[in-house]
This record gives sequence, structure tokens and C-alpha cells, in this order.
Amino acid sequence: MTTELITATAAELAARLAAREISSVEVTQAHLDRTAAVDGAVHSYLHVDAEGALASARAVDRRRAAGESMPTLAGVPIAVKDVMTTAGLPTTCGSRILQGWIPPYDSTVVARLKAAGLPILGKTNMDEFAMGSSTEHSAYGPSRNPWDLDRIPGGSGGGSSSVLASFQAPLATGTDTGGSIRQPAAVTGTVGTKPTYGGVSRYGLVALASSLDQAGPCARTVLDTALLHEVMAGHDPMDSTSIDAPVPAVVEAARRADVAGMRIGIVRELTGEGFQAGVQQRFDEAVRHLVDAGAQVVEVSCPSFVYALAAYYLILPSEASSNLAKFDAMRYGLRVLPAGDDDPSAEQVMAATREAGFGDEVKRRIILGTYALSSGYYDAYYGSAQKVRRLISDDFAAAFASADVLVSPTAPTTAFKLGDKLDDPMAMYLNDIATIPANLAGVPGMSVPSGLAPEDGLPVGLQILAPAMQDQRLYAVGAALEARLQAAWGAPLLASAPDLTAATAKGA
Amino acid sequence: MSELTRADVAHLAGLARIDLSDAELDKMVGELGIILESVATVQNAPIADVEPMSHPMPLVNVTRADVVRASLTPEQALAGAPEQDQQRFSVPRILDAE
Repeated sequence: MTTELITATAAELAARLAAREISSVEVTQAHLDRTAAVDGAVHSYLHVDAEGALASARAVDRRRAAGESMPTLAGVPIAVKDVMTTAGLPTTCGSRILQGWIPPYDSTVVARLKAAGLPILGKTNMDEFAMGSSTEHSAYGPSRNPWDLDRIPGGSGGGSSSVLASFQAPLATGTDTGGSIRQPAAVTGTVGTKPTYGGVSRYGLVALASSLDQAGPCARTVLDTALLHEVMAGHDPMDSTSIDAPVPAVVEAARRADVAGMRIGIVRELTGEGFQAGVQQRFDEAVRHLVDAGAQVVEVSCPSFVYALAAYYLILPSEASSNLAKFDAMRYGLRVLPAGDDDPSAEQVMAATREAGFGDEVKRRIILGTYALSSGYYDAYYGSAQKVRRLISDDFAAAFASADVLVSPTAPTTAFKLGDKLDDPMAMYLNDIATIPANLAGVPGMSVPSGLAPEDGLPVGLQILAPAMQDQRLYAVGAALEARLQAAWGAPLLASAPDLTAATAKGA
Repeated sequence: MSELTRADVAHLAGLARIDLSDAELDKMVGELGIILESVATVQNAPIADVEPMSHPMPLVNVTRADVVRASLTPEQALAGAPEQDQQRFSVPRILDAE
């Protein structure tokens, strides 16, 4: 019974809750029990709110028992990335500088989850301020990949990807600045979407790079991802960059799963060299499935994508150095007094606090951004990067003239071992080579499982990209591929993941 | 582009208000040098007559009606303060000691 509740999809849980076959308290408790059993080994959560989640679950059960008509996902529990403010619950962004901070307000995303009746199980781990591809830059220690506990679950949203892959939650939220939803989904065999920039409100998300950041849904199936997308998305007057237009019909597209006649563009620059053999093999296979489902394949070229990584690692640090200036030890968060000075100035306190409160990667990027924006270098670095950004956006426009969606492998490799790339920042950055262009141009992207790499038995993800505001196309392609692959496999990919309770018992 | 020196990084860290130990500084100089060499390739792109792009979507100024709406109470706003005094944030001295 309990196992059945934690392996069920959110859509199945929603249907059974609506039919009152099960209660939200049962579902929520089953997930909390799972967390108690496995999270010591996986470390998806920075904070678990059992009491709060059960209280929300009881409230939903009560309203349903009273005959109230409830939103689709009411009663289905969710895990929230620790970058989203939650009134009354800690929000640390994986940083020491925010240790113990309890925000006085909810982010719009969290407010919408609450309004839709989703009990919040807890806050998930992440690379500090979302800077990283492995969760190894979390000040609170890394999360682990449920497929192999010695490997990374991706980043920055490795807490959210591992929470899903270890069946501790059926749904989770993420944010994606350069791939932080899609790459973790790829390496854990889960699904994640970065919506069109402006599709989901950024109000109450602790900003990394404001022109790139976008929150989105994470789940184990394409339909579940669509159901959550619909709850999170939509215009918000509290975010001046929020799109004031109806949410694309993502749920309908996921249900229809129709790609007949669709033109699927393979981006020449995002395949072949630099991609692991098994990753490329599963990608080629997925494309054949889409052709069998009625899609046409076209090859497109996006020549400026080779400059995307360089442009990104100028634009992101520049924006981050400015956004993180607010951590100044004055109004909230950590305050550290410099040693050996009994009357330090505000500036000295600020510098001592930021030394103690920020980790290496955050310091690296702030200083890089400070350099890129400094007078004398601005045109050469930040200015050039902004021009490259335009070229990338133009490449997308040209590609979408001949293709309805673009596809590529989500990440160049399967999950690597914890520690493997920690001392080589450039090697770590290369993980995002295929995901970064979408953030620079603001277009939506999804990662959907495409199988296991034969050489290491680890999950591979396929990335789908669509024009801005056409998020529903991601779901049509993702759902069509998912249906065909699951028919071929005979079960969802995660059914072949190792049994964690055995691993946990052994480790304990 | 000129090489980034140890003194440059120390200066930048000062601008960014981050104290760095000598060991951190040594490590950072090497790492930033490698990263800068890589990101400098943006200058090789065909960008001569290209309009810079700061934002993915066309931006328009957004305003709201000038009416009172819910906001934080003083207690909520001060709840995370490292130090507070008389319903205000208490901060270290802001002027240099003479």
C-alpha cells in the first residue's frame, strides 16, 4: 500500500484523491516515511516539514470530505527547491550566509502551490545560490544520485531530481538559469521543464541571474510535469517580466502526445563530438521513435552556439555579482565581525561576512562578474557577451523557421562521480553546454528520459526546445517519446533503478 | 587582454566586499585566469555590427495603480535582522575611524 502510494504518478494520486479512495494524509505520510527511510543516504532535503505538510493534507481532506470542488493536484505532496521563499520555513539557497533564515513571505510559486492544495514536504538541496551542476557546491553537503549513491544527481537542482528518483515526492519545483532543471532531470531519469522566460513568476525566487532565471516543474512523467506547470505558471503583477498571456495548453498537449507531421530539428552543433557514446546512441534511438510516431527530421545549424558557454559565463557572473550584493550582513542573514577589531566599520563587517558566508564557487563568480563589469573591460567582456547573446537568439529564430522543435542530448555525459570535477571549474561548466543556449534566448526546454547508457547503465536525457510561448510543443514531443519508450521497455525507466532501502540498510 | 595578476584579484575582491585569505587568493588567481581565457573567446565571434541583447523578451515598463496594498509589518521586516534597535536595523559604523 505504502509502496504503491510513493511510486504512483501525481496524476494517479490526484484521481484517487478526487474519488476519495485515498486521503492526502495517507499519501503525505507515506512520502514522509520514505524520507525517513532513505534520505539519510540520498540527502535530497535541507529541511523536512512533516508537521506543516500533514496539516495541509488534513485541511485538503477536510474540504474534500465537505464536498468542496478542489483543484486537480489538491492533496498531492510536493518538494520545493530551497531557492524559493516559504513563509515560516527556512530558505537557505544552500548557503551558509542564509543559514536559519526564515522568510516573512511566500514566493508567488509557493503561494500558488498552497492555493492549489499541495502539501509542502520540505525544501530541497541545491548548489549554493544555484551555482553548479552537481550539488557539490551546497554548503550543507551534496545530494546523491539514487541510481548510484557515489554519483552526482545533477545541479543545481540535484535535491529536486533525487527527491523524485528516490520516490520521496511525486512532484518538485526547480529553477533553471543554465540547465539547473534539465541536467538534473537527465542524470536521474526524471522529467523537468524550463518554461519560456517570464512564464513563471520570479517573485520570491532568490535571484542568480535575473535575465536568465526561470522556475519550472519537475516530476517523473511528462503529464505530471504538465499538471505542475499549469499550477506554477501564469501572469503575476509582482514580477515585471512576467508574461501577461494565457498559459500554453501544456496538459492538453501532454495528453494528446501527438507529433504527426511535426518537424523535429536536430542541432548539428549539439550532437556528435563531445557527447558520450551511450548518450549519442540513446539520442539517435529517440529520434527514430519520433519518426515512427509521424514526425519529420530536419537538420539545422546554430553556428553561434559554440560561443554560448563563454557568453553565459560572462553574463551570469555579471548579473550574479550585482544580485548577491544584497547579502551585506545588515538586514538579514549572517553577520560576522572581523577578528581583532573591536569597532569595525560596516564595510569590514560586510567583507568578513561574505568571506565566511559564501563558498568558493560563489566567490569565484562574484569576482569574475566584478571584473567583467569593471570600466575598461566592460566592452570587451560583458558587451561582447551581450552581442553573442543576440547571435544565439537569431540562430534560434532561423532554426525555428524550418523546425517546430529542436532536439539534442540534454547533457554530454551521464552522471559523473562525486568529486570528479570539483577542482576543475571549466570541466564542471561544460555540463551545461547543451542547455545554456535556451536560457540566453529565453526559449522553453524540457528534458525527458531516453534510456540508460549501455556502457554504465546510467540514465540519459533528451532535450526538447521550442519557440518562446510554445511550451506545449515540448509536452507533445515529450509525451509521445515517453509513451513509445515505455512501451519498448515494458515499464517506466525508474522501475529499473536500484532498491534504495537495501542500500540504506547496508550503509546504516 | 592583459593577464590577471594577484594584485588585480585582491583589488576585485575588495570591490566585491569579500575578504580573501592568502591561500584563497593564490587559488583564485589561477582559476580565474583559466576561466577568463575561455570566456574571452566571445571576442572571436562575428559580433562587429551586432546589437547587444540584455534581455530575452521585449521589455516594457510596468506600473501599478497607486493604491495601498498589503506589505510586511515592522516585526516581519526585522525578523531576520542580525541586530535591531528601536524598530530599526542596527548596523556597524558607516564612517571610517579618523
